[in-house]
Amino acid sequence: MHQRRLWIFLFLIIVTSLAFAQEIPQVFRGATVYPIDGEPIQDGTLIVQGGKVVALGKTGSVAVPSNAVIHDVKGKVLMPGLVDTHSHIGDGSGGDRSNALHPDVRILDAIDVRSKGFRKALAGGITTVNVMPGSGHLMSGQTAYLKIRPANTIYDMLFCSDPVNGICGGMKMANGTNSIGEKPFPGTRAKSAALVRQLFLKAQDYQVKVKSAAGNPDKMPKRELEMEALVQVLEGKRVVHHHTHRHDDIMTVLRLAKEFGFRVVLQHVSEAWKVAKEIAEAGVPASIILIDSPGGKLETTDIRNENGVELDRAGALVGFHTDDGITDSRLFLRMAALAVRAGMSRTKALEGMTIAGAKMLDLGDRVGSLTPGKDADFLVLSGDPFSVYTHVEQTWVEGNKMFDRANPEDHEMAVGGYDVFRRSLYLDACEGGAE
Amino acid sequence: MRMRTIVTIMILSLLILSSLTAQVAIKGETVYTMSGAPITNGVVLIKGNKIERVGPASQVQIPNGYKILSGKVVTPGLVDAHSVVGLAGMLNQTHDQMQLEKSEPMQPELRAIDAYNAREALVEWLRNMGVTALHTGHGPGALASGTTIVVKTVGGTINEALIDSGMVAFTLGESVSQNFRSPGTSAKSVAMIRTEFLKTQDYLKRKGNKDPEKRPAIDLKMEMLARVLSGQTKVLFTAQKATDIMSALRLAKEFGFKMVLDGAAEAYLVMDEIKKAGIPVILHPTMVRPGGDTRNVSMETAAALQKKGIPFAIQSGYEGYVPKTRLVLYEAAIAASNGLSFQEALASITIGAARIIGVDKRVGSLEPGKDGDVAVFDGDPFEYTSHVCGVVVNGQVVSETCR
Repeated sequence: MHQRRLWIFLFLIIVTSLAFAQEIPQVFRGATVYPIDGEPIQDGTLIVQGGKVVALGKTGSVAVPSNAVIHDVKGKVLMPGLVDTHSHIGDGSGGDRSNALHPDVRILDAIDVRSKGFRKALAGGITTVNVMPGSGHLMSGQTAYLKIRPANTIYDMLFCSDPVNGICGGMKMANGTNSIGEKPFPGTRAKSAALVRQLFLKAQDYQVKVKSAAGNPDKMPKRELEMEALVQVLEGKRVVHHHTHRHDDIMTVLRLAKEFGFRVVLQHVSEAWKVAKEIAEAGVPASIILIDSPGGKLETTDIRNENGVELDRAGALVGFHTDDGITDSRLFLRMAALAVRAGMSRTKALEGMTIAGAKMLDLGDRVGSLTPGKDADFLVLSGDPFSVYTHVEQTWVEGNKMFDRANPEDHEMAVGGYDVFRRSLYLDACEGGAE
Repeated sequence: MRMRTIVTIMILSLLILSSLTAQVAIKGETVYTMSGAPITNGVVLIKGNKIERVGPASQVQIPNGYKILSGKVVTPGLVDAHSVVGLAGMLNQTHDQMQLEKSEPMQPELRAIDAYNAREALVEWLRNMGVTALHTGHGPGALASGTTIVVKTVGGTINEALIDSGMVAFTLGESVSQNFRSPGTSAKSVAMIRTEFLKTQDYLKRKGNKDPEKRPAIDLKMEMLARVLSGQTKVLFTAQKATDIMSALRLAKEFGFKMVLDGAAEAYLVMDEIKKAGIPVILHPTMVRPGGDTRNVSMETAAALQKKGIPFAIQSGYEGYVPKTRLVLYEAAIAASNGLSFQEALASITIGAARIIGVDKRVGSLEPGKDGDVAVFDGDPFEYTSHVCGVVVNGQVVSETCR
């Protein structure tokens, strides 16, 4: 109890001092800046204040306020905080094994904001993350879009303002072997699609009843959590994040999205290179995962690191995700380098790590680039974003330094060590079958 | 007629043989020989299956008729100091997962040569990525899981691939208790291992009996452990946690066997003890997931071992799920970005690895007389953005595609 009080006290001190620091403009001068919304700037100056990007330009061309704190970052590289569109950090869980479809289940009810996973993500430069429930269901539940701010409770991390009735994330779905199992789980691919269609038909009925009630509480259908979430999906307010690997499963997702008119982001998309044209023509974005070595999951045997370049060539929006613990949040930037190895342009790979992911989470106006007015989420890198020798030196979230490799505790978080990950998600995610 | 057929066949085979062992010259802007300083604008000449000459282009003339490969960086073929590939396959299905027998916790008599699939897709993948020699076999997870082998990543059969016998793979840790009802604890594990070695000592004594009638029947398990006790075969002891590392060191001392420490996630806690025991380390993959026995893993352990002067190699290890192997090149890269120098990191997957697995007379460096195993890169090999653009094994060009 005593310790808990102390913790809260320290937290309050940190938060108040951070809030105070927010008011003073901070200037980061001399670095090579990748703003993402424009060409890289050599010797740039970034000004942040009140948690927002205030100005960015070539050093000398941006007026520096007289009261500003100046950070000399000459020789460093600055870029926006990374957006991870699919992760399992936070020690959360989603739907249980009672059913294959859990549109009512919210991961935000189960996330531990003190989980070491968040600090690992910061060590890897991740500032915005879509924490997904699951895996192993056709519909594992509602995801949570989180900003990795200093947090005492889940409310400190959410993007949404109303955690009960607001849209605080997307809807996690899956097909292929991931969600196949013993009853009540489907036994085949066709059955998987049929179960999903049946549920969406029910949601359409519910939607009609709500509409015809026209706001009259007496005429409203009985509240149903599952239906309410699915109506949000049908109305395009809640985006479906769909785990899918094989080309035929990808086509099934596109077909379902078209039939019911929901907005979808394809997740993993291991065989995207086979149906890149179809994905692009459907106007559906794809968040891919690239791994540096093969094997382990039968359904993904045909995964290619060329997925990035093939999807981009076809005209689809391409983002990346860690699926942590499948890949390590701390090494997320390396995925962009793998995409470049396979032929993707450096520009597109960096967009995929930032703005593309932000758009997929409907957060493109808040994060993903160093555009004035957007959140001051950015990284100080020791060198080229694509180099193995480069380290994330600092991670800033809304103008607060949340990770500093020069700090021994943060350094340990980046490289590991004794008892550093005592409550890490790595094993849980693997044992839980995250994929 | 018959004679003519035989002569034709002989000529044809000679032609095939000569094309297989064609002469190859590899040119590199930088050649890391790993037996001396890197050579700028270097050339490696291979004749037959062996390296003929290595030196700067100004001193080494490429004779006519040599097939030429060239690239920015040339290194020895990579040596993976510990893998399960060939027993473990890419698909992760029952038929291609032969790395661990769970019927009993102590089965040193299981031989990797009886289980290695030379045509496994992961072997081909590793070869194309520059790995030319592989220490592989039964995985961690049993007190003694089997006896390993050293292979080249070529050949259609084990006989073509095999270059050396390996070690007996022992494990201490949580992973053993997860696979067997007993041992359920670390202390029980140690007791069971000690009991088996005591039995072996007794077996050897009875075997030495002058009266053939009183000698024991041949027992495969005892025979293999006897080889360990006599120093003919080393123990590859997988121990991740500091307590298990200490137990392994204690066992080696008690029974006097030769040992290579494997995994060693918490080596940084017992550096003095490892150094004092004079035991080399085949370190876990740098990017191994920090969970279970490896929950306290650090990316800086390789650098710490280097600083301490403990011989070490970096391995690809065993993976239960995605991915099904790792590439030592990428694992060494992470070590190189966490305190190890470029040359030290490269040594941990070439000559350093070859020494620890006992095949450094043949592989691991680019020196005349050694096997013609070479990897060619279009940039810094450790960068994800570089490609492996050529691989030569036993003097044969096995890949010329940039990957």
